[in-house]
Amino acid sequence: MLNYITSYLGSPVTPGQAGNQLWALIYVLIIFAGVSVVVMAMNWLERKALAHFQIRLGPMRVGPHGLLQPIADALKLMLKEDIIPSEADQFVFWVAPLIGLLAAFTVYTVIPFGPSQAVSDMNIGILFMLGVSSLGVLGIVTAGWASNSHYPLIGALRSSAQMVSYEVAMGLAVVSAILMTSLNATGTGTLSMIGIVQAQQQQGIWFLFKFFPLGFIAFIIFAIAMVAETNRAPFDLAEAESELTAGFHTEYSGLRWSLFMLAEYAAMIAVSAIAVTLWLGGWMRPFPNLLNAPVWEFIFSLFPALTFAALAGFALIGTVRMPSHSFFKIQRIGLGVFALLLAFIALVLLLIAIVGHNSDNSIAARTREGIDYIYWFMLKVSIFMYLFIWYRATWPRYRFDQLMRVGWKVMLPISLGVLIVTAIVGVVVK
Amino acid sequence: MNPAMNVGAAPVATPWFFYGLAAAAVISGLLVITRRNAVHSALALIITLLSVAGLYLMLYAPFVAGVQIIVYAGGIMVLFLFVIMLVSIERASKERQFNRIWPVGLVASCALLALFLSAFAKGKALLPDRMMQLPESTNTQQIAAMLYGDAGKMGQYTFTFEIASLLLLVAILGAVIMTKKKI
Amino acid sequence: MVPITTLHYLVVAAALFVLGTIGVLTRRNVVIVLMSIELILNAVNLNLVAFSRMWGNLHGQIFAIFIVVDAAAEAAVGLGILIAFFRNKETINVDEIDLLKW
Repeated sequence: MLNYITSYLGSPVTPGQAGNQLWALIYVLIIFAGVSVVVMAMNWLERKALAHFQIRLGPMRVGPHGLLQPIADALKLMLKEDIIPSEADQFVFWVAPLIGLLAAFTVYTVIPFGPSQAVSDMNIGILFMLGVSSLGVLGIVTAGWASNSHYPLIGALRSSAQMVSYEVAMGLAVVSAILMTSLNATGTGTLSMIGIVQAQQQQGIWFLFKFFPLGFIAFIIFAIAMVAETNRAPFDLAEAESELTAGFHTEYSGLRWSLFMLAEYAAMIAVSAIAVTLWLGGWMRPFPNLLNAPVWEFIFSLFPALTFAALAGFALIGTVRMPSHSFFKIQRIGLGVFALLLAFIALVLLLIAIVGHNSDNSIAARTREGIDYIYWFMLKVSIFMYLFIWYRATWPRYRFDQLMRVGWKVMLPISLGVLIVTAIVGVVVK
Repeated sequence: MNPAMNVGAAPVATPWFFYGLAAAAVISGLLVITRRNAVHSALALIITLLSVAGLYLMLYAPFVAGVQIIVYAGGIMVLFLFVIMLVSIERASKERQFNRIWPVGLVASCALLALFLSAFAKGKALLPDRMMQLPESTNTQQIAAMLYGDAGKMGQYTFTFEIASLLLLVAILGAVIMTKKKI
Repeated sequence: MVPITTLHYLVVAAALFVLGTIGVLTRRNVVIVLMSIELILNAVNLNLVAFSRMWGNLHGQIFAIFIVVDAAAEAAVGLGILIAFFRNKETINVDEIDLLKW
C-alpha cells in the first residue's frame, strides 16, 4: 500500500500514463481546490483593478483592502433565497448550471502544469479541451430556455451564437499551432498538451515567434476568440446589465448564479492555459537555450521566492500606510499577518531553491523543478487573467451584429489564411 | 485473417466502467424516445452521446471519441436545441405523443431485436475470446497516416476525405437555401 | 468477472439501434424522430469501432469518423427542411405533414 503511494513519486510521467489512480485523484483534488481559490482571488482582483482603473478604491471595508470580500460574497450568495420561476422547467433549471460547471472543470484533466504535472496526458489533449469547452454552450442554452422568460432566452441565444461563431476561428488558430509541432525530424506532430510544449522545447522557440509573424497572428486570433468564447468584455453583450438585465442568468439567484460565475472564471483560466501551452511555451522559463549557464538556472529558480517576497513587500507597505486610527487597528493587524504569511512562503521557496539548485535527482531538486514548472505556467496564465480585467475596464462593448460580423467576416478568413500560409511555409522550409 | 489473440493488461475497474457507461447509454436512449418534452429528449441524447464517447475511449479510439464530443455533443445537439426553441413545442407537448399504429412499430422493432440476438447467439463462436490491445498513444498519428498518407504518397482514404468535405459544403448550401424566405 | 469482449459492445449497439428504430416508428414529433435517427447512427458507429478493435486495424474508426461527418450534414439539412416546413404549416407532427395527399 505504501509502495503504491510512493512508487509514483519521482516518476517522469503523469499519473494517467503511469496508471496510478490514487495520485490522479490527489492531483484532481489539488486542481479543484486551486481553481476555487484562484476564482475567489480573481473576483477580488477584478473589483479592485476595475476600481483603480476608474480612479476609485473598490472594496476596502470587509478585510484590509477588501481581501475578505470574496468570502463575504460567497457567504451572502449561499444564504440568499433560492427563487425558481413558477413556470420554469424545474429539472432543466436545476441541471443547467451543472452542465456549464462540468464542462468548465473537466478540461482541467489535461492542462499541463509541468512535464509530469498533469492529471492525464491524453493523446488527443487539445481536441479534448476544445470539445469539452464547446459543451459549455449547452449549459447556456438550457439555462436560457429553462427560465421561461424573454430576456434570458434572447441572452442565451445571442450568447450561444457568439460562442459557436468564435469557436471556429479558435479551432483554426489552434490547428495552425499544431501544424508547427510537426516540424521535427520524424515529421509527426502531436495533439497532446505535454507533447506540444515539448515540441516547442525541441525546436528551441516559442510558437509565438515561429515563422514570424505567422505564429503571432495565430496567437492574436486565439487571444481575441478566447475573450469572445468566455463572454467577457468587450464581447459581453449577452450578460451586460445595461443591455439585457444580465442575459441568460437573470432568473438565477444565490448559489446557482455563483455556479455560473465559477464556470465562467474557470473557463477563462482554461482557455488562457490553452493559449499559454500552445504559443507561450507552457511551463518553460524564458530563454532556456540562450541563457543556459548554471548561474542563470539558479537566478531563474529564485523567481518564485522573489515574487512572493514582492507581494509580501506590497502587503507590508499597505500595513505601514494604514491610517493610525483605532478603527483601523484590526485591519492593520490582519494585513500585517498576511504580509508575514507571504514572507514565510517566500522564505520556504527560497530554501527549496537554494537546497535543490543542482540538477541531480534528489527530492529537493525534484521539488524545486516541480515548483519552477508550476510557477512559470501560473505566471503566464496570470498575465492573461490580468489582461481580461484590463480589457473589461478599457474597451466599450461590441453590438451584437458587429460582433457576429467580426467573428465570421474578419476572424475566420484571417485564421484560414494563416493556416494555409503556415502549411506552405512549413513544407517549403523542410 | 485470424488476428493473434493478445491478452490486454486492463486496469481492475474496466468491467464496472463498461457496465456503467452501457447502462447510461441504454437508459438515456430509452429516455430520448419516451419523453414528452423535446428539450428533455435532447438532454437525454446528450448523455447518450457522451456515454458512447466513453465507450469509444474504452475501445482505444480516443480520436473518434474526441470527434464525437466536438461534432455530435457540441455541434449537432446545439443545433437541435436551437431548432426546438425555434419551433415552440409547448403546444406539441400537450398533444398525443405516439402515433396511432404504435403497436405495429413496437412489434417490428422487437422482431428486429430478436433477429440481432439470434445472429449473436449463432455467430458467437466466430468472435475471438480476448480483445486486442491497440496502442493509444499513437492513435491520432495512425489515423492521420491513413487519411492523408505519407509525404509524397496518398493515404488510403484521402479521396474519401475530399468527398466528405464536398458533402459538408453541399450540406451548408442546402441548409442556407432551405431556410431562406425568398430564394 | 467475465472479461469484456466484442460481443458486449455489439449487444449495447443492438440495444441502441432497436431503441432508435422504435423512436422513428412510433413518435409523432419530427424533432424526436430526427434524434432517434442519430441514435441509430451512433449504434452503427459503436459497432464499427468495436470491430475495429477486434481486428486490430483502424479502418473501422475511420469509417466511424466519416459517419459522424455524414450525420452532421444530414442533421443540418433535415432541420433546415423542418424549419422550412414549419413556416408553411404550423405543425411538427409527422402524421399531419401529408400535403401530397388530398
